[in-house]
Amino acid sequence: MSTTTLPAVRRGFDYKKFLANNGALVGLVVLCIALFIATPDFLTGQNLLNIGIQVSTVAVLAFGMTFVIVAGGIDLSVGAVAALAAMVSSWLFVSAGLPGWLALVGGLVAGLLAGMVNGLANAYGKLPSFIATLAMLSVARGLTLVISDGRPISTPAEVSFLGGNLGPVPMPIVVLLVAALVASFVLNRTVIGRSMYAVGGNAEAARLSGLPVKRILVTVFALAGLFAGLAGLLLAGRLDSAQPQAAAGYELDAIAAVVIGGASLSGGLGKISGTLVGALVLVVIRNGLNLLNVTSFWQQVVIGLVIALAVGVDVLRRKTRNG
Amino acid sequence: MSEQPLVTLQNVGKTFGPVTVIKDVTVSVYAGKVQVLLGENGAGKSTLIKMMAGVYQPDAGRIVVDGNTVTLPTTRAAEALGIATIHQELNLVPTMSIAENVMLGRMPTKHGMVDRSAMRNRARAALALIGLDVDVDTLVGELGIARQQLVEIAKALSINARILILDEPTAALTRHETESLFAVMADLRSRGVGMLFISHHLDEIAEVGDTVTVLRDGEFVAEVPASTPEDELVRLMVGRSIEEQYPRNAGGATETTETAEILAVEHLSSSGRFTDINFTVRAGEVLGIAGLVGAGRTELIRAIAGADHYDSGTVTVRGRALPKANIKAAIKAGIGHVPEDRKGQGLVLDASVNDNLGYATLASTAKLGLADFAGQRSRAQAVATKLRIRMHTIDQAIGALSGGNQQKAVFGRWIIAASTVLLLDEPTRGVDVGAKVEIYELMNAITAAGGAIVMVSSELPEILGMSDRILVMRDGLLAGELTAAEATQDAVMTLAARDVADEN
Repeated sequence: MSTTTLPAVRRGFDYKKFLANNGALVGLVVLCIALFIATPDFLTGQNLLNIGIQVSTVAVLAFGMTFVIVAGGIDLSVGAVAALAAMVSSWLFVSAGLPGWLALVGGLVAGLLAGMVNGLANAYGKLPSFIATLAMLSVARGLTLVISDGRPISTPAEVSFLGGNLGPVPMPIVVLLVAALVASFVLNRTVIGRSMYAVGGNAEAARLSGLPVKRILVTVFALAGLFAGLAGLLLAGRLDSAQPQAAAGYELDAIAAVVIGGASLSGGLGKISGTLVGALVLVVIRNGLNLLNVTSFWQQVVIGLVIALAVGVDVLRRKTRNG
Repeated sequence: MSEQPLVTLQNVGKTFGPVTVIKDVTVSVYAGKVQVLLGENGAGKSTLIKMMAGVYQPDAGRIVVDGNTVTLPTTRAAEALGIATIHQELNLVPTMSIAENVMLGRMPTKHGMVDRSAMRNRARAALALIGLDVDVDTLVGELGIARQQLVEIAKALSINARILILDEPTAALTRHETESLFAVMADLRSRGVGMLFISHHLDEIAEVGDTVTVLRDGEFVAEVPASTPEDELVRLMVGRSIEEQYPRNAGGATETTETAEILAVEHLSSSGRFTDINFTVRAGEVLGIAGLVGAGRTELIRAIAGADHYDSGTVTVRGRALPKANIKAAIKAGIGHVPEDRKGQGLVLDASVNDNLGYATLASTAKLGLADFAGQRSRAQAVATKLRIRMHTIDQAIGALSGGNQQKAVFGRWIIAASTVLLLDEPTRGVDVGAKVEIYELMNAITAAGGAIVMVSSELPEILGMSDRILVMRDGLLAGELTAAEATQDAVMTLAARDVADEN
């Protein structure tokens, strides 16, 4: 961003504004410091890599979700679509005999297509995105079971590679970073990305300005499907097999990550960096509670409270700013 | 006036953070009087009435009702004292019926259940107060903006308010509807109701008001009788005199060039909206479209802009027919549409001024699908400077700007898109006097540069003052055409409402 417009650029760092705009990041840092003090196991190389691997699936799903939420919709199907994409990929490899790399691409295409169907149902079929993607959740999960007959199928080596290591660095972390860059680029730099904010902020104003709102919505959901497909492959790669019940319920984590990251469910607001922080908050809390031997039952309670707190603080902040 | 006022805001002040919005202002509302609050947008009128309505608490001064100092912590507290507000932004639930909306929060019950017939009867009685004859079971969302506002007024009246705050109630009303509102106000006045009235229509002040409190920049300027001449009111309000309220100078283009026809509309029909509309607009011309709300003016404009489908007929720009319902093609042909509802249809309020200025050119200026950021910024900056859009930076959310500056930004979008045919729907609604004149001057500049303008407006003085030619619509039909010379309020109204008695 150029700074030509500001006649009086304030020198020095406006820390107040930074804190107000990056509440989730501040929360994450505080959380990490607290865990560092509480347990020696937190700040170890192995644990940090673990966090990176765990966050990769949630974050990649959540990047796709960010597009949808910025454009004013919701996508409940990303978990099921992730599982479907992984299963299609493994099936193409094992049963259809396609080469591994083609099977990988096939999985991504399956995700893209499922997302596109969501978008078509929403934009042209006039189904609210909540309903369209709720239907897709069921359809995609069902198809996954049909294809696999309810059993896991092993992944091609190319997909397993996504779950493996690149030298000392786990591949999921590499994929995560690349996906973050791509998603951020799409949202910030491209016409379609900028249009998402307009459509989510006020679809009618966007339409009257000549933006092709329906095409934009289809693209948004297709991208969410593509990212879900990638997340599904990451997950399958880690396990060396596509599981029929993989990623069940992950859509809620993805939504939570986006919302903790500062996006508004009414659309028009949201950033990839925020979503990444949101996903990290979720994963770090789980990781920390594990290290502290808190049962997974209580973990759910804590996660729920964190979501409510994050959004509550954000709402309060916006209210006082606009007051 | 020795009589005790119903309510007084005494030396009140209000600050939001570092910003002082109201400083030491005193306003009183007397029984049976209409107190007018006058000031530009941002002068503090809204803040002042919100203090009276219990929305904001004054930081300084006090509120006196019937001689007693009171605090109004909530709107309920204000209502309990008989203070009702009709807000500028409609406060209705569109998915509920008129009856339910009127009785919302105080539904009559019988054996713990909603007593529907009592609810309907009381709602009907409320509508009768302002002479609105609509089925009370109609959903509010199905009503036009004008009637929704009337429902809101009926609702407030039905609470037996002694003090009625009317925040720009006439902004969305036609002349005819305004007249009936004023009749209601006169009736209420004779019954001893005190009213605080806000309007941007200066001509309404003398008609309906008793005394005028003028505010500027949050401070009290003067209290004058409502009979004060308009020029003087403007001078008090703006702090300088505005040369002319309607500075139309018919563009030189009309005389010098071949008076090229830019826009031609032929036999345009859309079932239930408008029928067989024909007209042309030449370069340098402002064509006004007058008519009552519901006459099909907005629908016509939207069809031309490509926003809605139509059944038959053609829209031609510079000899090339436009495809139906294709906004993109219309924009490409040079059409720019400034919609009726700025906040609902014109702007993305959470987005920056920069983004809002660039939506129409987002795709056309992009390279390989990448938005042209640097170019967009410089274009936006240039147009914002040119149109004198008052803001901190172009990265500011546009929702924080005043109505006039928001509207200038909608115009700016089409200036960046180099549009040559501007379709304006109520271009100065909710815009203060100073910004209004700036918008009129902008219209002059556009036509002087060879552009053409079609302007729908419910403000007759604006139509008469700014149009070179006036079309009058009635019930979806063209009722007549008048030249600027032969157009008068009476001539337009005669065409617009031939069957006035049946209207509404």
